[in-house]
Amino acid sequence: MKIRYDARGLAEPDARPPKIATIEAGRAVFDADQLTTRQINLELRRLVYDEGIEDVTILNPGAKHSIAVGILARCKMSIQGSLGYFGCGLIDGPEIHITGRVGWSAAENMMSGVVLIDKNAGSLTGAALRGGDVVVRGDVGARSGIDQKGGTILVGGNAGMMTGFMLQRGRQIICGNVGGGLGDSMYDGAIYVGGKITSLGVDCVEAELTPADDEFLARKLGIYGIEPPGAFRKFVCGRKLWNYDNLEPAERKLVL
Amino acid sequence: MCGIAGIIHRDGTGDIGSEMTRMLQSMKHRGPDSSGFALYGPPGELLVMRIKLADPNEKRDFGWAERLERHRDEVEHRLAKIGAMVDMIRSDQEYAYRVTFRYSGELKPLADYIEDVPGCEVLSLGHSLEIIKDLSDAESVSQRYRLGGFTGTHAIGHVRMATESDVDISGAHPYWAYPFSDIAVVHNGQLTNYHMWRRRLERMGHRFQSECDSEIIAVYLAQKMDDGLSLETAMKQSLDELDGVFTYLVVTADSLGVAKDEMAAKPLVLYESGELVALASEEVAIRAVIGHEIDTHDPYEREVLVWNR
Repeated sequence: MKIRYDARGLAEPDARPPKIATIEAGRAVFDADQLTTRQINLELRRLVYDEGIEDVTILNPGAKHSIAVGILARCKMSIQGSLGYFGCGLIDGPEIHITGRVGWSAAENMMSGVVLIDKNAGSLTGAALRGGDVVVRGDVGARSGIDQKGGTILVGGNAGMMTGFMLQRGRQIICGNVGGGLGDSMYDGAIYVGGKITSLGVDCVEAELTPADDEFLARKLGIYGIEPPGAFRKFVCGRKLWNYDNLEPAERKLVL
Repeated sequence: MCGIAGIIHRDGTGDIGSEMTRMLQSMKHRGPDSSGFALYGPPGELLVMRIKLADPNEKRDFGWAERLERHRDEVEHRLAKIGAMVDMIRSDQEYAYRVTFRYSGELKPLADYIEDVPGCEVLSLGHSLEIIKDLSDAESVSQRYRLGGFTGTHAIGHVRMATESDVDISGAHPYWAYPFSDIAVVHNGQLTNYHMWRRRLERMGHRFQSECDSEIIAVYLAQKMDDGLSLETAMKQSLDELDGVFTYLVVTADSLGVAKDEMAAKPLVLYESGELVALASEEVAIRAVIGHEIDTHDPYEREVLVWNR
């Protein structure tokens, strides 16, 4: 069996949309089994941008990488299967439902919308997330929401080490257990954990849950139908590394 | 970047040659420099040795072919001299040979004696293990070495993007744990205390043929097992004793193991079923050998897992 899959896409510099989708009553469906990454994304763009379809279903994505990246329009997408690395990155608007799992760096740098993953996710899920919801019903790998700057990451299962590493804004809800170094070097934002904590990272401290937190947790878990694990604990930045006001006097003069 | 893959059949054998080719070829984009296979056929009385007598990218002068011929004869002569009864010598490439023979002595003196032949490197030696590695992608290596139809129980493979050493056969994975029979390793990552461990193992009498950091992992683990530790214990110790980032796969005559470093810095996807276990740097590689829809997960940091056939 000859493998025709080339993740780099170098083998097809002049790829065109294959135009194989069945469009019916404003909804489109296509089978990605025999398509390359470039062809899948070109077909997706054709449907969303050129045909103005707002509901697209992709069958048999086969864990290919970089699928549904950079879609900047409000639409619904259903991906029936699993994605490889860098799935649904750089999106602004779509609501994407993935019935399988995703590899590393899913929903990276997402601006708005929803990415709902029914099974597991790899490391770096929601890296540099700016807005929207990333929901993983299964487990996630290490460094979820590294450099997150907004939005919410919701994990139904367990999370790996360094979860919320350098978190700057936004919130994470982990219903299961988390690995070592939780919230290491976080600047701001909040991490809610339902299970056991292996260890806290540098300058990450526990805070008290407020009624606003309870309302937020109940609302977010309610939207996605995730059963709350019992009590949550909240972790925030200890602000010991906040040295923003300690500029040298000369520099300060220059800046002000 | 590099890509690694492993497969072990829990209920009998499979066409591991074709399976590993498909797994590696689907990860071609992770490493175009070289491809390597460590395949475990049915263990027999005979020892199987894979050797190379030259490198495919070395300069070929007028005497090249003639010299190879001479060196090949020298290998055969030395095997006889050290007391091995040669069964068959097969040439897969003009510079790569598969030799089967009967021999009951220590492996190290034999391997040392054979490697003393100019240009020779023993790629693997054991009753079941065969390591095949060469430049270019998995499909061409598999075709050139006729690996399709290779029946066996378990296998690991590697596609290489060279970062630490040269692009040649010596720098390609998998690495045999010279001189311990039937142990091999593939590795994705970089070891930062490589030189320390290399010196330590060299003081114990081990030889290293390449400048590649991955070469020490195989010998490190095999030495620990020779000292009486189980594979799993040896791998657990490696988490503390090897520095750097790594996900490595190790195979012995009857097991396949995986270990991930404490930063979980290198990817690995795992699929387990009653019939087989398949694991690879990317899920596409696992899907290349399994026809139906599958559920997979990623092992966490500091995880050590071992499966037996």
